[in-house]
Amino acid sequence: MTSLGSQESTCSGAPPLCEGLSLRDIVITLEVPLFDPISLDIPPGDIMTLMGSSGVGKSSLLAFLTGTLSRSFKTHGQVYIHQKEITQTPPEKRHLGILFQDDLLFPHLSVGQNLALAIPKSVKGEKRQEKIYAALEEAGLTGYENRDPATLSGGQKARIALLRVLLSEPKALLLDEPFSKIDPETRSTFRYFVYDHVRTLKLPTLLVTHDPQDASIAQGRLKELKKT
Amino acid sequence: MLTPVAFGFLGSMLPAFGYLPALGGDSLSLWPWQKLFADPALWSASFLALWVGLAATGCSLLLTMGFFAAWQGTRSFTIFLRLLSPLLSVPHVTLTFGLAFLLAPSGWIIRLLSPWPSGFQTPPDWLILNDPYGFSLILALILKEVPFLFLMGVSALNQIESQRSLATMRSMGYGPLAAWSKVIFPQIYPQIRLPVFAVLAFSISVVDVSLIIGPSTPPPLSVLLLRWSQDPDLEWRFVAAAGGLWQCFLLIIAIGGWFLGERLVKKIGLLWILCGHRFSSDVILRYSFLLINMVSFLCAYLGMMAMGVWSIAGYWRFPDALPERYSLTSWARQLDQIAVPLTNSLWIGLASAFIALALSLLWLQETSSCHASPSPQNSGKRQAAKLPFLLYIPLLIPQMSFLFGVQTFVLFIGWHQTWVTLLWSHLLFVLPYVFLSLSEAYQSFDSRYERAALCLGLSPLHVWWRVKLPMLLRPILAAMALGFAVSIAQYLPTLLSGGGRFPTLTTEAVALASGGNRRVIGIYALLQMLLPFLAYMLALGLPAWLYRHRRALHTHGGL
Repeated sequence: MTSLGSQESTCSGAPPLCEGLSLRDIVITLEVPLFDPISLDIPPGDIMTLMGSSGVGKSSLLAFLTGTLSRSFKTHGQVYIHQKEITQTPPEKRHLGILFQDDLLFPHLSVGQNLALAIPKSVKGEKRQEKIYAALEEAGLTGYENRDPATLSGGQKARIALLRVLLSEPKALLLDEPFSKIDPETRSTFRYFVYDHVRTLKLPTLLVTHDPQDASIAQGRLKELKKT
Repeated sequence: MLTPVAFGFLGSMLPAFGYLPALGGDSLSLWPWQKLFADPALWSASFLALWVGLAATGCSLLLTMGFFAAWQGTRSFTIFLRLLSPLLSVPHVTLTFGLAFLLAPSGWIIRLLSPWPSGFQTPPDWLILNDPYGFSLILALILKEVPFLFLMGVSALNQIESQRSLATMRSMGYGPLAAWSKVIFPQIYPQIRLPVFAVLAFSISVVDVSLIIGPSTPPPLSVLLLRWSQDPDLEWRFVAAAGGLWQCFLLIIAIGGWFLGERLVKKIGLLWILCGHRFSSDVILRYSFLLINMVSFLCAYLGMMAMGVWSIAGYWRFPDALPERYSLTSWARQLDQIAVPLTNSLWIGLASAFIALALSLLWLQETSSCHASPSPQNSGKRQAAKLPFLLYIPLLIPQMSFLFGVQTFVLFIGWHQTWVTLLWSHLLFVLPYVFLSLSEAYQSFDSRYERAALCLGLSPLHVWWRVKLPMLLRPILAAMALGFAVSIAQYLPTLLSGGGRFPTLTTEAVALASGGNRRVIGIYALLQMLLPFLAYMLALGLPAWLYRHRRALHTHGGL
């Protein structure tokens, strides 16, 4: 673990000079500001851990980053992905993948259909099927294509959920306490599963968590969200 | 959507004061009111309406809440709920005919008791149906309103934490009835209050049920108004308009009376709650609530069976419990006549259910954004709670009062008796139900599914089409089935806005009531029940079949 927030002070306010996911002076206000203005730079392949007491607005921050925050909040600040500002971009065009506490596999679709839904339109024909097979193999679930997601174990669902996000070819990854609801035995394997993928794909990753272990294994920088 | 109600009111208001150029009234005056109050039947009709409305509402509420208090959380409660919920889709006209088939002097009950032990060889000359005090009418209303209040109560119960409070009370030595009445009832009553008012408004102003089973000389106010509005002497239309407003006034009085009753119950109830009486031996009372409710739903189911038997009965002598022969001749003979009302019922029901669904979906999608709210509990709900109250208005105002106005209004603009006005007037009643039933599902939908899909790069339209709609298929189809059932059951809107040009199963069945041919009535009433029933089967069966390999979609939902 490196020391807190050494880098953000240097590029605060200014557009980012580096590739990756960058936040500039973000403030979210619901009557009062939820937390102190936050600025971050996460280079590709890095996992930055964001911690903070519950109710401080971690999930609201992630919702703001993905563009799905309710309009009853007032917001301020900019989000950049690879030096391009996306603060006003609609959620589906931001290419920010997000993983929630729950797997949120769509219950009306099979495992394979869940994956297919995520593959961009630009991938055509047999390529799509190949991608699904490859993803299933990676999850150790070859042959599970037509299975009902409800019949998978917790760890299996979590892996499919991650691969679904990755198939949508995100430019950065947001993790909203994705390990907290997984039982302890599978938790650590899944943690490595996620972290390994992030590093191989060189995804800038922002991890929100309560669990200090998540952060220490991530080996990235740590930032605390403070109440104002 | 509410503009027709406003126009309807205006359309009743003006003729009530003598202004309706189309019928020769071109100046404002009070003569319709004078004529109204001079009518000898008005006062008894008004008292009858008030009595029937308050008695039916009070009894339904007492029966429902008594049963809740006695049996909530037990297995009999769940069984009851399963048995009662199908009744919600049965049109009240069907239930009423069923009851009539049971209770009539030559009905099933007396047949079963004859010749032994009653000793009757011919049907007794008793006035059981259409009795002057409206008892049979009240009974028919209770049959229909208990299932409604029951389901409303269950959804109110789901919003509070009842099991632990009950356990606490029981551990302090309170009997089940006392524990429930003292702790749970005060919590859920505010939530079922609006439905209770809807029941009150319905019972005071109901037309079709009164025509079938209500007193006839004098009839309740609603029937009197209908007679006036169809009187060949056009002068009576003005009186009917004034009467419609008078009916609203009666409803206000009734609601005022109910308010006072609430106050009184609250005062006395508080004393009772605090007095510490444990009321720990309540077995007799609890079982009597079970018994009365069982009798009431048995009546409903037996009545429908009686209709079925009548519709295929050949020769059926009086004291025999069952017909001597069965035959399908009645069905065969009615086939030609039924085609038109059947198709009318079908297309009006389908069209209004579909339009109501589309409007509700649009509205709900607009208001419930998938975006993460500050606290999902209150922000969305406050908004959603506002609209239902407005939507409830057509259910809270006596139908006669504004439908008559709608009728004069469309007459005025020249859309008289077209399918547009017919559909419109059905929508007034279909939309609230469809909307209310859908909004619950929409509110409980986990918006993170939408957010997850958006972040996977799906456009909002795609998210709606490929994720939200299929996941909500069950509640959506259930809402549609409910809307269809509501439309099928409409009598007065069909009669007044359709101007008799669109006979449906319901209007035909009610028209047949006076004729008393049980075989034919049985056919119409059965079909009228069968349509919504089939709709519900489809609504339940289709998603169950489509998602037969999707376990997570099996459990939630429900009617």
